[in-house]
Amino acid sequence: MPENQQKLIHTFGALAELGHEVSQKNDFQELIRTSLHLLLGALGIMRGGVARYSRFGHELNMLAVRGLGDEFPLSLTICSEDERQFLTNGTVPIEIAQAKVLPFFQIYDRSFAAKKLELLVPLVIRDEIVGVVLLGEKANGEPYSSYDRDIICAMTRHIGVGIAQRNLMAELERRADENRRLYDDLRMTYKDTVKAFATAIDCKDKYTEGHSVRVGKYSEIIAAELGWDDEQVEGAAVAGYLHDVGKLTVESSIINSPHRINAKETAALNKHPVIGYEILLPIHHPYADVPLAAKYHHERLDGRGYPDELCDRDIPYIAKIVCLADSFDAMTTDRPYKRRRPAHEVIEDLQYNAGRQFAPELVTAFCRAMLKEITQETKEKKFRRLLGREYLEAEGIVSLLKNALNVMNGTSSLTLVNLD
Amino acid sequence: MDTEYKIPVQTSGETATVYASDYLNKLSGEKIERECRRQIDAGYKTIVVNFGETEIVNSIGVSILLGVIDAASGAGAKVVFSDVNEDTIELFEMLGLTNHVRVN
Repeated sequence: MPENQQKLIHTFGALAELGHEVSQKNDFQELIRTSLHLLLGALGIMRGGVARYSRFGHELNMLAVRGLGDEFPLSLTICSEDERQFLTNGTVPIEIAQAKVLPFFQIYDRSFAAKKLELLVPLVIRDEIVGVVLLGEKANGEPYSSYDRDIICAMTRHIGVGIAQRNLMAELERRADENRRLYDDLRMTYKDTVKAFATAIDCKDKYTEGHSVRVGKYSEIIAAELGWDDEQVEGAAVAGYLHDVGKLTVESSIINSPHRINAKETAALNKHPVIGYEILLPIHHPYADVPLAAKYHHERLDGRGYPDELCDRDIPYIAKIVCLADSFDAMTTDRPYKRRRPAHEVIEDLQYNAGRQFAPELVTAFCRAMLKEITQETKEKKFRRLLGREYLEAEGIVSLLKNALNVMNGTSSLTLVNLD
Repeated sequence: MDTEYKIPVQTSGETATVYASDYLNKLSGEKIERECRRQIDAGYKTIVVNFGETEIVNSIGVSILLGVIDAASGAGAKVVFSDVNEDTIELFEMLGLTNHVRVN
């Protein structure tokens, strides 16, 4: 085979392989090492290295080296003058011996001479330096020909593209991380705001201090027990925290009345779901249905709730969750006119009202979560913190919960309503 | 698997023979260079790279062999290429590897 033809086949084989590597390789370090092998092997170059440029540190950091030894600097500093010259030069190889006027070559002259480095190729992609390739002498001892330089130009452009792609990916990852952090910050801010709101709502009612926060937590427990994902569980908690926001507009004398309120006062109080809805509707919540939970948390499956006397399937699911959480908290906390009810009574009430006031599958989920905690099937102590240890350890509660679960097992609210 | 592949080596007197195989043409061929360096460090004065099982040598293979040559010349050892086919000899001559090694 004529020498020229063999040379062409060998170098173009290397060029093709390099193009394939740049487009296929996921491991950046492997890509650079392979690229350097291909370049050196294509032209029989004894030694060389590939460095990536860091704009911030004005440094060239060696990514791969061949035959440069341990003493060769792994990081080379360049100044603005060098940078300008490299940019002007583009990807054309620079003869190191003839570029000593530049500060960069003066500083590293010894290192370059010791390793017989002959060419420096700036890797310029879209008018930006992304790195350089350093090349030593050829194994045949001949100077670099114009053919060699053309091949070097083509191959180093591929390496430059590989580095630029990596830089772009790193930048995208950095921005994605930054966005994720900003999003997390926003979520935290939102959660804190919601909790502050819940506290403000609860401050208005001295007898039910902490009610909104507890309803938020019970709603969270139910959603988690239903197997909802983290975001949905958080949404359920928020709906619980804000369900009574409409009470902010109800007169304190009504809310804080130490005795049962009259019909007129009840009518005023019963407006709070709609007012709450109107307050929450214009706010852009990260979770759907928060305003609907406020509006419909006093609806009942049997249609005897308010404000719209909706029946089961017309009540938003989130409102059913908050309704159960709200009622449970009302039964298990002291009110001005009523002491809290014992645990067995509350469980019997939940069971009795499953399908009437509450969605049965939600009562099931709630009782199951409570049973898991009492029997220590889970390490969670949410109910214990909300209700107190003694309340949960009331005699017979485990069998009561198990019985309730057996009775309600597999019943959905829709089934019950259809049967009615 | 690449990571478990052991480079075949035979030693005799001051000579170590390393069998290149087709591994030479991939990044994993760096193992061959490392093995040659190990033999040089162990004191062998002649490193024979055997190409009996190597059909072709690509650019990665050439680069790895240049690494072997560089390591040997730094340690005052000789490199011999053996069982090389005609096409590969032509390639080595064209790229100047034969300036640094003896080909058997």
